[in-house]
Amino acid sequence: MTATQDRPTTEAPPAPDATIFGRLGPEQLEAFGEEMDAIRQRVLADLGEADAAYIRNVVKAQRAFEIAGRALFYLPPAWPLAVASLSVSKILDNMEIGHNVMHGQYDWMGDPGLSSRMYEWDNVCPSEQWKYSHNYIHHTYTNILGKDRDIGYGVLRMDEDQPWHPYYLGNPLYAFLLMVFFEWGVAMHDLEVENLVAGKRKIEENRALHAGIMRKVKRQALKDYVLFPALTGPLFPLTFAGNATANLVRNVWAFNIIFCGHFPAGVATFSQEECEDESRGQWYFRQLLGSANITGGKLFHLMTGNLSHQIEHHLFPDLPARRYPEIAEDVRDICERYDLPYNTGPLGKQLFSVAKKICRLALPDRRTKEESPVAEQDAAVAA
Amino acid sequence: MGIATSVLRSRAVAALASPHGVDRYLELVNPMWAAHEVRARVVDVHREVDVPGHPPVATLTLQPTSTWRGHRAGQHVQVGVEIDGARRTTRVFTISSPESRPGDRFTITLRANPEGLVSRYLVEQARPGTMVHLSQAQGEFVLPDAVPERILLVSGGSGITPVMSMLRSLQRRTHRGQVTFLHYAQSPEHQIFAAELDEIRRSGHGIDVRLLHPELGDPALSPAYLERLVPGYRDVPTWACGPAPLIEAVQRCYDDSPALRLEYFKPPKVAGSDAAEGDVVFSRSGATGANTGATLLDQAEALGLKPESGCRMGICFSCVSRKSEGTVRNVLTGEESSLPDEDVRICVSAPVGDCTVDL
Repeated sequence: MTATQDRPTTEAPPAPDATIFGRLGPEQLEAFGEEMDAIRQRVLADLGEADAAYIRNVVKAQRAFEIAGRALFYLPPAWPLAVASLSVSKILDNMEIGHNVMHGQYDWMGDPGLSSRMYEWDNVCPSEQWKYSHNYIHHTYTNILGKDRDIGYGVLRMDEDQPWHPYYLGNPLYAFLLMVFFEWGVAMHDLEVENLVAGKRKIEENRALHAGIMRKVKRQALKDYVLFPALTGPLFPLTFAGNATANLVRNVWAFNIIFCGHFPAGVATFSQEECEDESRGQWYFRQLLGSANITGGKLFHLMTGNLSHQIEHHLFPDLPARRYPEIAEDVRDICERYDLPYNTGPLGKQLFSVAKKICRLALPDRRTKEESPVAEQDAAVAA
Repeated sequence: MGIATSVLRSRAVAALASPHGVDRYLELVNPMWAAHEVRARVVDVHREVDVPGHPPVATLTLQPTSTWRGHRAGQHVQVGVEIDGARRTTRVFTISSPESRPGDRFTITLRANPEGLVSRYLVEQARPGTMVHLSQAQGEFVLPDAVPERILLVSGGSGITPVMSMLRSLQRRTHRGQVTFLHYAQSPEHQIFAAELDEIRRSGHGIDVRLLHPELGDPALSPAYLERLVPGYRDVPTWACGPAPLIEAVQRCYDDSPALRLEYFKPPKVAGSDAAEGDVVFSRSGATGANTGATLLDQAEALGLKPESGCRMGICFSCVSRKSEGTVRNVLTGEESSLPDEDVRICVSAPVGDCTVDL
């Protein structure tokens, strides 16, 4: 995904408006918030057997892929199939199950196996730490520069308002490395290494987190790189490589889907001042402007954990993800009525847009703010 | 413990099944397979009492998974059911069968409480084959291994279930001492286990069974009556279980005697009292209300919160929450506690003055 850039796009993406909140007056904002709340109430009242059956079926499918994957390593010719099976298992576990369960989307079922308090995912990041950095920090302060550490994850420059530094010349390289080692990046996210380097955080603050990460890493490594390979006896190296590949496939897939959620052109970021004393309507508004969707079929949505509906996910992070497609229809209708942008596109388009941003922001800004974004992009690409 | 169970519980299998745990895989194959969790299949539902116009009472026979560690007479168990196939709700029920060994079948006897989702489901909808989720048996209201010569069992209403388990266990253990079994009920037609109690009463074996209906003129519980029945009763090991008024009456008869062991089957009602002062703050949700004197759980629910809870009687610890400041009174014991950052069972804790809970 380091992506080379060849030519400027012909179509200018909608510009992130500096005074974006100005698009709706206070009364409109309130009405907008109420409409969003109404969607939420409607879905909450309707939760039941179908949602429970759905997530249980996904869990069954994931476990079946997992067992099939582990078993197929005993048949060397089936190695690619084994890797594919295990990759699907890990993707389902992390995305449609893990990410969504940890958001509390299924807490209403009262099933400890699907409870946000207890779920642990097949990933080196301990779920406890993930819930803090993702559910709390990222979902509360979405796209607020200086607050939301998911803007560039402390490694990348993903926004014009992050001041340029020669370090960022490596932006595409860092992005590539983050993609390959994504689960490790996610696990280390809470350590706030960039703040350690900057002297804003003390190493002692990390001690407890460190212990939690090491515990999880040991368990994951023992299973994928020692026990299951050892169980296949002489096929140890093949199984080892297969497990590593499945983890890699999951890393690459998750990275790409997640980067399409907030970084395509047209997604707005916000300053801390803009978001002071935010109303509920404003919060919804920020979530809408700060996220982007990916279009695709049912299977695609399932494999992305419905993060292809990032907008709906950010508006209603604790509603079961299988509801996002139906919610999306209402959200688009509301956007049309309020004349608000709804950022969506096929995977290729969104990925290209993200790749371009990663490369463009590797270089120092040449343009002043007054110039149009089209000109800015052309210049960056030409450079 | 069989070889299969030992293997399934081994650290090696746990490492392979990490992070989900081996039970998450076993349950997909057969819900009766488990290495750690306890579940049960309903094998029989028997209506004990079905008086028109009153909630029916039923005894359910449960076949637990091999993980069930057995129970002691007088203990209870948490039973979780999935209502409409989706929402698991858990309540506590007393085990009515005599003490059980690991993996043994046991029974629970319960009344379909008109407002109780779980009890109504179990009595009215459960069928042989229905699966339920269980805890291990819990509770300290139990017969000791060495049963004293002379004992007194007192119960009221549904409180008969744990003492019934004790009585049945005593019979099975061929206890040769003297047992007095005192039960208070509304009327004879509501009497559960009537035939069995009658049989025990007639068979002798030193068990004195007395079923009393004060509303029909039978003597109410009093020190004089107890003294007549069991001379020197204050020193006789006694187990009493029933609704709050009965328990309070028993307590008055015993003046803190260590011979008395108690179990409420419903915590004493703490209705909103005028004496309640201060405000209750649920810090995570930002909800605040004037202290009504009711339990924290009731007050939270009255403010529209839905804290996790289970038995609502201080048994299952599902509702444990962090009280960051303020004083709470345990409604079962009357004990007050003012420690900051203390974990409390909100279903049996009522605030005394200002109180802040992390909910």
